[in-house]
Amino acid sequence: MSNIVVVAEVRAGKLKRPSLEAVAAGLQLAAQNGGKVIAVAVGSGLDAAGADLQKSGAHQVVLIDAPGFANFSGDAYARIVTEQCKKHAPAAVLMAHTAMGKDLLPRVAAALDAGLVTDVVAVGFQGGKFTAQKPVFAGKATLHVQATRSPFLATLRPNNFEAKSGGPATIEKIAAEAGNLLSVVKEVIAAAQDRVPLQEAKVVVAGGRGLKDPEQFKILEGLAAAFGPGVAAVGASRAVVDAGWRPHREQVGQTGKVVSPTLYFAIGISGAIQHLAGMRTARTIVAINKDADAPIFKVADYGIVGDAFEIVPALTKAIAALTASK
Amino acid sequence: MDIVVCVKRVPTTDTPIKIAADGKSFDPTGVKFELNAYDEFALEQALRIKEQLNAGSVTVVTLGPKAAEKELRDALARGADKAVLLSTEQWVSDSWACAQALHSWLKTVKCDVVLCGKQAVDADNNQLPSRLAAMLGFGCVTEVAKLTLENGTFTAERDIEGAREVLTCKAPAVLSCNKGLNEPRRASLKGIMAAKAKPYSEVPAQLPEPAMAIVSLTLPPARAAGRILGTGADAVPALIAALRNEAKAL
Ligand SMILES: Cc1cc2nc3c(=O)[nH]c(=O)nc-3n(C[C@H](O)[C@H](O)[C@H](O)COP(=O)(O)OP(=O)(O)OC[C@H]3O[C@@H](n4cnc5c(N)ncnc54)[C@H](O)[C@@H]3O)c2cc1C
Ligand SMILES: Nc1ncnc2c1ncn2[C@@H]1O[C@H](COP(=O)(O)O)[C@@H](O)[C@H]1O
Repeated sequence: MSNIVVVAEVRAGKLKRPSLEAVAAGLQLAAQNGGKVIAVAVGSGLDAAGADLQKSGAHQVVLIDAPGFANFSGDAYARIVTEQCKKHAPAAVLMAHTAMGKDLLPRVAAALDAGLVTDVVAVGFQGGKFTAQKPVFAGKATLHVQATRSPFLATLRPNNFEAKSGGPATIEKIAAEAGNLLSVVKEVIAAAQDRVPLQEAKVVVAGGRGLKDPEQFKILEGLAAAFGPGVAAVGASRAVVDAGWRPHREQVGQTGKVVSPTLYFAIGISGAIQHLAGMRTARTIVAINKDADAPIFKVADYGIVGDAFEIVPALTKAIAALTASK
Repeated sequence: MDIVVCVKRVPTTDTPIKIAADGKSFDPTGVKFELNAYDEFALEQALRIKEQLNAGSVTVVTLGPKAAEKELRDALARGADKAVLLSTEQWVSDSWACAQALHSWLKTVKCDVVLCGKQAVDADNNQLPSRLAAMLGFGCVTEVAKLTLENGTFTAERDIEGAREVLTCKAPAVLSCNKGLNEPRRASLKGIMAAKAKPYSEVPAQLPEPAMAIVSLTLPPARAAGRILGTGADAVPALIAALRNEAKAL
């Protein structure tokens, strides 16, 4: 028997969508290698998230619910997740490759003296050994690895595994205390309510130096808004982040965020190799650039050559009409 | 505070990657290397902390090839006090093994703070800092975009999905640095001269067998050639049609 432990991410009482994808990846592994998928969530006020996990296809849900876990704490979460891993003797431990996953799983890996492969896009078992594929060199190559130690841990790139449903799973609540913390969250400053986090957005509308000045970026906000609430986020090239037009959290690329939305618009972006690193795995890429020879057209599925200031307003109108008709 | 800065020599970000004949590693011929971009922020922050406290030391360490002497000397020229090369000619992509080797060296030195980049842009692991922190029993904040130090306590800010987190953490700590934290300085002529007299040592890395074996390193499939749908706003209807009917993206 070789269980799969999936660490689910809950923020402010809400289960994060990539956790459901991680459960789905766990189910795929269990189908290959046997064992149960055990979803573990840590937080405070986990009833709603627990109910969502019960329907995720996981065989068993474990909730560690205490006021001391209200904010993410790398130390405390790692202690409790490590305990659960030891208890369920998994062959693999999975979590989404998010800010929390990137912080937490390396600590759990250290506590289990285990290997960890991050930002994974495919998992499997070969001859009973866990295998995974991950982009390296900012997506310029793919590394395929096989575990030589067990258990093995992996963080999974969001938008790569399709969430499933199933259940209802059995649910177990465990009492625990956060204990002594070495780093303490003092404050979580939420972004504007209507803003979709860049990496979770289905549509990314990204702009570059071709937009000429920060004021003009508003036309991209307009295009993003035309998709309706909660769908699209604005992204930026490094050139405009360095110029101070847009905040760093919007930067897409090798030294920014890696996104794989369903639809990516590159508007006034030349398509430098470091930018491509952050968006080349988008399902569909649209480029709008006045230079027909811009390298971005080599990776774009669809292109329009011309002036963004003329094209974007027309596009915004057309998208808004579509959204209104839905 | 005695600060250790972990740095890695990586291919420059604009290098096209070629696969070596073994199908498991990259071909370094013609590849230019540089200090990992995020480690520049870590080094700069270490120098600023030392300047703020007007005390302590900054040691840079890398687990890497002999050629990394160039990046270490540059760090000395920028102001680090001491450099250590844990030498191996292998491309180390497994963080478990890398952490074992760095940890066994770290245990031998006096260190209050370990500064790292958030990610080495070769294997893109983004895991060594918090792994090391857990091994050392240090506090840890990852992907720090703003940092202040007052009365021995760090206040760090970092971006998470849809929000910014503010955390406090006391030394001993491991902090991993993100872009936006600072503007790294370049070496001055005076710094380059001074670096020549600074301690530089080289020891073979104590690398265990990795926790994962490389099955293959491959290039991703090229994206199929796209289509230019037209020029100017007149092409918008064709784009909408293509996105709806072909790509099923709307
Ligand atoms: C270590 C390192 C890391 C890097 N990391 C990143 C990263 O993470 N992300 C990133 O994006 N870059 C990164 N870069 C920078 C990258 O090399 C490019 O410099 C940057 O992506 C260029 O941004 P841009 O496309 O907006 O600007 P430009 O290259 O200046 O392109 C502007 C484009 O706009 C077009 N244009 C102009 N006017 C109009 C108009 N009216 N309508 C339509 N199109 C118009 C032009 O034809 C041109 O193609 C990095 C570089 C280095 C060295
Ligand atoms: N071989 C290495 N030698 C020294 N420090 C390293 C090495 N690999 C990674 N690091 C440090 O750990 C950070 C994160 O790297 P990684 O987890 O490998 O993406 C880097 O930015 C460095 O600060």
